[in-house]
Amino acid sequence: MSILLNKDSKVLVQGMTGRSGLFHAQACREYGTQIVAGVTPGRGGIHVEGIPVFNTVEEAVRVTGATVSMIFVPPPSAADAILEAANAGLELAVCITEGIPVADMVPVKALLAGMQMQLIGPNCPGVITPGQCKVGIMPGYIHKPGTIGVVSRSGTLTYEAVKQLTDASLGQSTCVGIGGDPIIGLSFIDCLKLFNDDPQTEGVFMIGEIGGGAEEAAARWIKENMKKPVAAFIAGATAPPGKRMGHAGAIITGGKGRAADKIRILSECGVTVATSPTKMGEAMRLALGRK
Amino acid sequence: MNIHEYQAKELLGSYEIPVPRGRVCLTADQVERAAKMMGGRCMVKAQVYAGGRGKAGGVKLVHHPEQAQDFAKELFGRKLVTKQTGPEGLRVRRILVEEAVEIAKEFYLSITLDRESSRYCIIASAQGGIDIEAVAQKSPESIHVLTIDPFAGLRSFQARKIALALGLSGSVCEDCVSLLLNLYKVCLAKDCALIEINPLVVTKAGWLMAMDAKITFDDNAVFRHREYPDMVDYSQLDPLEITAGKYDLAYIKLDGSIGCLVNGAGLAMATLDVLHECGGRPANFLDVGGGATREKVAEAFKIILQDSDVQGIFVNIFGGIMRCDVIAQGIIEAASEVRCTLPIVVRMDGSQVEEGKRLLTESGLNVQCSDTLGDGAQRIVQMLG
Repeated sequence: MSILLNKDSKVLVQGMTGRSGLFHAQACREYGTQIVAGVTPGRGGIHVEGIPVFNTVEEAVRVTGATVSMIFVPPPSAADAILEAANAGLELAVCITEGIPVADMVPVKALLAGMQMQLIGPNCPGVITPGQCKVGIMPGYIHKPGTIGVVSRSGTLTYEAVKQLTDASLGQSTCVGIGGDPIIGLSFIDCLKLFNDDPQTEGVFMIGEIGGGAEEAAARWIKENMKKPVAAFIAGATAPPGKRMGHAGAIITGGKGRAADKIRILSECGVTVATSPTKMGEAMRLALGRK
Repeated sequence: MNIHEYQAKELLGSYEIPVPRGRVCLTADQVERAAKMMGGRCMVKAQVYAGGRGKAGGVKLVHHPEQAQDFAKELFGRKLVTKQTGPEGLRVRRILVEEAVEIAKEFYLSITLDRESSRYCIIASAQGGIDIEAVAQKSPESIHVLTIDPFAGLRSFQARKIALALGLSGSVCEDCVSLLLNLYKVCLAKDCALIEINPLVVTKAGWLMAMDAKITFDDNAVFRHREYPDMVDYSQLDPLEITAGKYDLAYIKLDGSIGCLVNGAGLAMATLDVLHECGGRPANFLDVGGGATREKVAEAFKIILQDSDVQGIFVNIFGGIMRCDVIAQGIIEAASEVRCTLPIVVRMDGSQVEEGKRLLTESGLNVQCSDTLGDGAQRIVQMLG
């Protein structure tokens, strides 16, 4: 078992004929993912690298039976692409696109609340179930099949964490990059719930950063509900207030969103917090009661 | 993206939100003439990209045009240091001269995204004109929040509830309802991340008016607002941050001596954290983007070297999909081009990492390679002694 993706997942790629869409579609296929279709309006009927391209998601689903979409559509049309995926009855959409306006995501988020599709991202590295299926832009080789669930707001910092876990002989069940934007699909809590119910997952590593209150909310949920050990790292302990650190969401404003508060609340709720980004693997071992 | 108060007021005014009569000036003489037009008695307000101007001495009620001119000369001649600018302060290049208004009552009003509900929300308080965060801590019950359904939009009855909660009645209450509806219109039409009116006032004559205004646009929406880049006052930004923006790099100047070049915002923050932990002081935050390219790495390298505080450089690239030999070539090209002799520590991970390391060590640069984040950070701190 794993969450969200497994070896049977059939994946279509929205925006596959673009440069990064095609590059990553191929990289995912090389990893073992079943990439069954591409969708680019106006390009339907062609094949790219042996993958059939359709004009609409609906048509691609009807012909190929895809249940998951990986979205590389540029920002102006990305919100529309997410809704198209949801309306075509997909189970999961992973939106890699960075730079979608907030005003476009507000109605998307509200509409998705009444639909079955789950959204990961936008502005995220994607989801990977090591050894089975990769839907995203993360390097596959750092991952190793195992029992640790990983959930993160970051991109490359997740790779750092995963590498440390792998080096510490801790393989992963599934790794989810939920994205760094102010409005995203699945939250920390949504992913923690899935990991809590997944028999393969024995512990969870969570990577947060300054800004917002998502880590605090997750901490309180963990205290009430989580049956498995959780370790965490929060980036930005030394970030100056009022400066937006890259991600639209990563900013300390009005005394809110500080790393120190997030770390304190997580610790109070029973989470093992890594004191340094060099000790993420170590913190996970500690949380599992291994040395 | 931030804009000045006078620009925010022009925008609000164009959506029928009442603002004081005003004129923006670039010289002390213009300030004097504008003050004459306002009848002598007027407000003179420094325009900088930071709050807390009043307490820092950047805003003054003057009684004569000469007084306005003198104050303008003083403002143009110095940097304004407010609690939001940091100790270096911001230079004043523009001054807003406004009619003086007799205030009866002050309120706080803003519209922004509520991250918890993923909807826009209106925040209002009858305790205006002062620091809203202090109000939120001391008397949270005096703050009224209304989240807006994106499909129903903001309705009059909801806006009226806010206006009544602020203690308004009669025609001022209805004026406030219109103002709130217009505020939501501006927010959507102009892709605002924040509109803050603090204070919103009722004048002694009984009119509502936005006495101050702050607007931040959503950076992600600039592509559909062609006018936004022209609204930026570059004198308010760090020159290196401007250059970085051109190459789509996220750069923030900090006060230390170790230049940092990292791919990905989270990893960049974590890199600053590790340097601090090792006793080093980072000179900047710099994110070249998750999928670092050779060109971006080269440009980023040059930007870091333009900062004269930088005494050494720490490169931390978790390439993954990017090839490390390509990244190494970018570093070598940029460092050679600007004749960099500073110590450099490069930590790379990804494909072709051995080839990348070989290129770097044979490049003749003062460079060391490292395999882990912790080791790399320690090395650069040690190299700087």
